[in-house]
Amino acid sequence: MARPVRFNVHPIKADIKDNISLVNMPEGYQGEGFFTTQLSSVVGLARKNSMWPMPFATSCCGIEFMATMASHYDLARFGAERLGFSPRQCDLLMVMGTIAKKMGPIVKQVYLQMAEPRWVMAVGACASSGGIFDTYSVLQGIDQVVPVDVYVPGCPPRPEAILDGFIRIQDLVGAESIRRRNSEQYKGLLQSYGIQ
Amino acid sequence: MALTNETIKERLIAKFGDQLSRFEEPYGLLTFEAPKDLNLKVMQYLFDDEELRFQFLTDLTAVHYPDQAGRELAVVYHLHNLTDNIRLRFKVFTAIEQPDIFTATQLYSGANWMERETYDFFGINFVGHPNLKRILNVDEMEYFPLRKEFPLEDQTRIDKDDAMFGRGSIK
Repeated sequence: MARPVRFNVHPIKADIKDNISLVNMPEGYQGEGFFTTQLSSVVGLARKNSMWPMPFATSCCGIEFMATMASHYDLARFGAERLGFSPRQCDLLMVMGTIAKKMGPIVKQVYLQMAEPRWVMAVGACASSGGIFDTYSVLQGIDQVVPVDVYVPGCPPRPEAILDGFIRIQDLVGAESIRRRNSEQYKGLLQSYGIQ
Repeated sequence: MALTNETIKERLIAKFGDQLSRFEEPYGLLTFEAPKDLNLKVMQYLFDDEELRFQFLTDLTAVHYPDQAGRELAVVYHLHNLTDNIRLRFKVFTAIEQPDIFTATQLYSGANWMERETYDFFGINFVGHPNLKRILNVDEMEYFPLRKEFPLEDQTRIDKDDAMFGRGSIK
């Protein structure tokens, strides 16, 4: 018997009318033919909806992240369509998994290779605090080598939790002033990690 | 005739006399203890002898016995005769103050990384090793983590840094 092959000859036309999610307009003054707002809100809006994450997956949290990226949970819905595998192109470092002390300098090197502005998300108990591995060989949280913006708890966290962490990163990115990276506070933070 | 534990034991005693001690056979595995200066001679004999032919080093590791004064560290060798498929195990003991043991790298090339690992975790100084440095842990580590000289976890600790394990100082 022939295999019951079905050809997709009558595809359902996607209903895109009023069905596309759009971001809200930032606050500003609007009139006929013009709209004024702060530059930082436009830049923030553009940045937060086109994040390029750099996955740094070393263990089981990385498996959860694979599910997060894939079609079911679909990180691309949040504007992170393209995962970059070169730190030079990315603006969000996602560290997922146990980081051994020997791996610490490598995480830092990847962070240093990223261009400003850059954000860091520690996914899972191990990346956040060392997790169950409170032992001589494991780094007790990646915040000992790089500054971290968002911590996602869980062992491993569910994809929903990773998405929630990503949305929090988006909030940070969207609300960030464009001068923040030049501030004394930010320079002091990097200085405390020995980063020029 | 197949080689047996009894034959090996007789040959060893005939060669080294009462310098070898504590012969045992737990689960059929011939086990004995040798003085630490004799470790290479025993291995060379087991390697070269035409009947014994222990020419494969299965494993090399160490054990820390903190209660045995003067002989705290044991280095354990597992040898294998691939022709007759028979194994043996022997140990040498050394004081923790001066953990010098002759290297087996001239005899078994596989001992190179095993001795580096044993140095890394127990601090055994393998005399004559071509490249005795840490293999698994970070180079900056100042202690030998598998020695039984670290207190158990402090239940009242506030974080999990080295200082809370009795290693290093509180910053």
